[in-house]
Amino acid sequence: MSITYLEAIRHAQETALADNPDVFIYGQDVGAFGGAFKATKGLHDKYPGRVIDAPISEDAMAGLAIGAAIEGMRPIIEMQFADFSTVAFNQIVNQAATHYWRTNVPCPITIRLPSGGTPGSGPFHSQCMEAIYAHYPGTIVMAPATVEDAYSMLLEAIYTDDPVIFCEHKYLYYHLKAEKLPRQSLPAESARVTRSGRHATIITYSAMVHEALLAAESLKEDGYEIEIVDLRCVKPLDTETILGSIARTGRMLVVGEAFPWGGVTAEVISRISSEGFHLLDAPPARLNARDTPIPYHPELWRYHRPTANTIKSAIQKLLKD
Amino acid sequence: MTDIASQNTDDGMILPEAFNNAFRWMVLARTFEEKIANVYRAGKIVGGVYVGRGQEAFSAALAVQLQKGKDIYAPLIRDMAGRAAFGEPVIDAARTYMGSARGSMRGRDGNIHRGSPREGVPAMISHLGAMISVVSGMLFARRLRGELGDTVGAACIGDGATSTGSVHEALNMAAVEKLPLVVAIANNQFAYSTPNTRQFACKDLVDRAIGYGIEGTTVDGTDLADCLQGFQGAISRAKAGKGPQLVIGTLLRLSGHGEHDDSHYIPDEIRASEIGKDCLAVAREKLIAEGWNTEDDCNAMEKQAAEEVENAILKAGGEQPPDPYSHDWNACSSERFRDNLTDQ
Ligand SMILES: Cc1ncc(C[n+]2csc(CCOP(=O)(O)OP(=O)(O)O)c2C)c(N)n1
Repeated sequence: MSITYLEAIRHAQETALADNPDVFIYGQDVGAFGGAFKATKGLHDKYPGRVIDAPISEDAMAGLAIGAAIEGMRPIIEMQFADFSTVAFNQIVNQAATHYWRTNVPCPITIRLPSGGTPGSGPFHSQCMEAIYAHYPGTIVMAPATVEDAYSMLLEAIYTDDPVIFCEHKYLYYHLKAEKLPRQSLPAESARVTRSGRHATIITYSAMVHEALLAAESLKEDGYEIEIVDLRCVKPLDTETILGSIARTGRMLVVGEAFPWGGVTAEVISRISSEGFHLLDAPPARLNARDTPIPYHPELWRYHRPTANTIKSAIQKLLKD
Repeated sequence: MTDIASQNTDDGMILPEAFNNAFRWMVLARTFEEKIANVYRAGKIVGGVYVGRGQEAFSAALAVQLQKGKDIYAPLIRDMAGRAAFGEPVIDAARTYMGSARGSMRGRDGNIHRGSPREGVPAMISHLGAMISVVSGMLFARRLRGELGDTVGAACIGDGATSTGSVHEALNMAAVEKLPLVVAIANNQFAYSTPNTRQFACKDLVDRAIGYGIEGTTVDGTDLADCLQGFQGAISRAKAGKGPQLVIGTLLRLSGHGEHDDSHYIPDEIRASEIGKDCLAVAREKLIAEGWNTEDDCNAMEKQAAEEVENAILKAGGEQPPDPYSHDWNACSSERFRDNLTDQ
């Protein structure tokens, strides 16, 4: 039996629904239809009244989740696409994220964001929103890169007493497969050294972990051993694991699929530069999507986001520095 | 609404009792807000002061018919009367305004941005329209747990806030979910300086109810009895499973937007019109004229309110402000998820 990343997300939700009566799922088309991507397929029938279709009202969906969380529930909101969560932005960053700080009452909501690019999806069905939500105090932002993490981290998200923005990558939905779901896992807030090396470290997360792995494999042929750190959780950032890796390699490239201005890659470089400057043998480098909206045509799209090829070139340059 | 035919209404509300009860909170709110405005003018308040002068009847009439510990009440800017009627101690209002560390918001938020979500009072954020769906969520949670019973949730907003997408989404969603929600719109004719003619083009806000498939009523916001009856009907319809209820109070804001604002833009004709009447003076007159209370009792009520307010403000003013050095500067409740970035 093999399980896809998408199935892992469905399993995690099913596990939570089975284990905890406070969990419910609310989102557009998540009910009998099973969700636009089928991430809730079958759950509506199995857990009657707890997997509920919402109107196209992202602001009110998030507001409803916040109200339910105040009452002690653990709602999961499925945004049909991460991009549409901007409509709920106010509720997420101003209401949910400030709630514990202002009132001392936690706001345990999980907002699932089907994120990232797939060919042909265009400007409004491809975005990576992690940096925007991470910017606000009071949020936790997860971006799993593996099937196992999709499962274990979503469960952790649901049981976290703070608002969690769960960035699940649409490209990985069907592409990634695992043999079985994990029983135990690294805690969500820890980064993972996915591949060990000694010449340079690529720090990345979500779908870019797999592009980085391809790049590292290709660089191996040239005799380079590239370490890869998968952040897993974008916020909080596990700087310790990153620093440990830089201490081994002395060079870092940070890769993200989101837009370049500000963002996760900038944050990682900023922190590592100030905390681990002495460990660096070369200026830290980063690679992001281009600073334009995300193009629709696959030929353009492939040149918009980082790929194994561009990551490889960036590493080759970094190794010369 | 029509005139009150009898003192006891269909649903068992004893009008003189409810009227007296609401009046008491109206007096307390007016007294508190006049005092806090003075303290503001003396420069002793950090931030702004926003009062509900002229809206006390509409505000109290709703909250006085809700039950703390069971119902949900989401007040907004001009609901001091409703907050008090729902059971908020004056000291909490005083502490939040005066910046005492002992207020429910502990100096982390101020003035009208206060609440106690676990007691059914969500703490409003500034962004107008955002609280309605939160109340819906609280009701939704109780229904999922089978604990809804005859709970109602009430959310208050102003005429200006009805123009937000948030309000539209929330009303539509609550209608779809058929939640026992009462939305009180205090139509005070202005949103800050913007008159209703620049706010919406519909003939009457109550007509919007039709579009959402919910029921709507308009009450005279200057007349406490009318407000009480309007809300009573709405609350009992919500409890009876008839879904969300819109109640619009026609009234005038008898103050600036905040105490910094002289409201010169409100034309004299409106001030002199029927909606410009002071609901508190009208209620007092009626109370005595109907023989529901005496002049002496009203005087005593006012004196007691003045003392209570004086004491609360003195007490809160003497309390310690929050201490930035010992403050817990963590926005997340889960310790393991606290970011290691602290002071950079
Ligand atoms: C979304 C949003 N936009 C703007 C503001 C700034 N603001 C605060 S109160 C106010 C006027 C509100 O008018 P209304 O809803 O009629 O309530 P009133 O003040 O008249 O009671 C405005 C524009 C805000 N708080 N929220």
